[in-house]
Amino acid sequence: MKDNVILRVAAKILFAPIIVFGLYVQFHGDYGPGGGFQAGVIIAAAFILHALVFGLEAGRRLFPLWLNIWLLAAGVLIYGAVGVASMGLNGLFLDYNVLAASPAAGQHVGIILVEFGVGLTVTTVMLLLFHAFAGFSPNAFAEDDIVEGALAQDDIGKGAPDAADGEARQ
Amino acid sequence: MTGLMVNICLLALLVVIVVMVMRTHRLFAVVVLSGAYSLICAVIFVNLDAVDVAFTEAAVGAGISTVLFLAAMAVLPGTEKQPPRAHTLTSNLAGLVIVVIVGGVLMLAAFDLPAVGDPNAPAQVHVAPRYLVESDEVLHIPNVVTTVLASYRGFDTLGETIVVFTAGLGVFLLLCGATRTARRRMARPEQDQGSGPYEG
Repeated sequence: MKDNVILRVAAKILFAPIIVFGLYVQFHGDYGPGGGFQAGVIIAAAFILHALVFGLEAGRRLFPLWLNIWLLAAGVLIYGAVGVASMGLNGLFLDYNVLAASPAAGQHVGIILVEFGVGLTVTTVMLLLFHAFAGFSPNAFAEDDIVEGALAQDDIGKGAPDAADGEARQ
Repeated sequence: MTGLMVNICLLALLVVIVVMVMRTHRLFAVVVLSGAYSLICAVIFVNLDAVDVAFTEAAVGAGISTVLFLAAMAVLPGTEKQPPRAHTLTSNLAGLVIVVIVGGVLMLAAFDLPAVGDPNAPAQVHVAPRYLVESDEVLHIPNVVTTVLASYRGFDTLGETIVVFTAGLGVFLLLCGATRTARRRMARPEQDQGSGPYEG
């Protein structure tokens, strides 16, 4: 897919807007639909698009594995740390009211931080899953993309359409 | 009325997609069809005013899941393995009877459910009114879903995040451990031939 100019240019144009949209969904979750889970998936989609078009190795150079693993743990730790911090400020675990001067402001701070932790974990888990599955076979993504590979496999595997098979069995 | 018609059309589409998934043996078609299934589910959720759920369904179900399945397909054969023996008439009949009975019981039970959007339903009168009022007026967070998810049910979300973390880590450890062994196994014959791109 590296040789396809249209895909390459489209991926380059789309990469940044997808991430900006992900950040919008992440930090606008208080006011509109969205939040950490959705934003994490959207940001992961940007990196996966990059890896699909420019190859797995380029994707790993852009977002290295060590960083992925660290951020994976950091997301859960941020969430837990907010809870511990509110305990340190004489509140209960995950009681955001004590995090700022007024309870309402504290809730805003707590929710933004917690959603950030969720988003970080979801992004990195999705990327990790993608790289784990796509990199499972040493030959996957070596020459061309999975979609073309799957289609080619289909064409080689069974020339006859499966509908005829199904009817024959019944 | 229009909403009802739209819902009926969408549900009929879901049934069509399920039948297509059942009848095909090509995994690529199954993956793409399940992505379409998720997308139509997302449209149904929008129709039910559950925008957050629809957003999640569209992003996770239709988007990332499809890509992950396609990535997993890179290491799978393109077609489903045929079952060892064809289904007999009796096994088909037994399945049909079970499905009809379970479906009938579920439909009977569904008559006891409150109507969609009923304000007096038990789920709407317990803590939901407090959340709806407090989230906007006291906390100034208009999206109640976010308040419930991150604040009122913060413990649940912490648990969910840990589940996601553990699942990702588990899959990574399983598959990447396999990759290393597989690469070593792959590298050895190639080294013998003198052209091993994956050694070390």
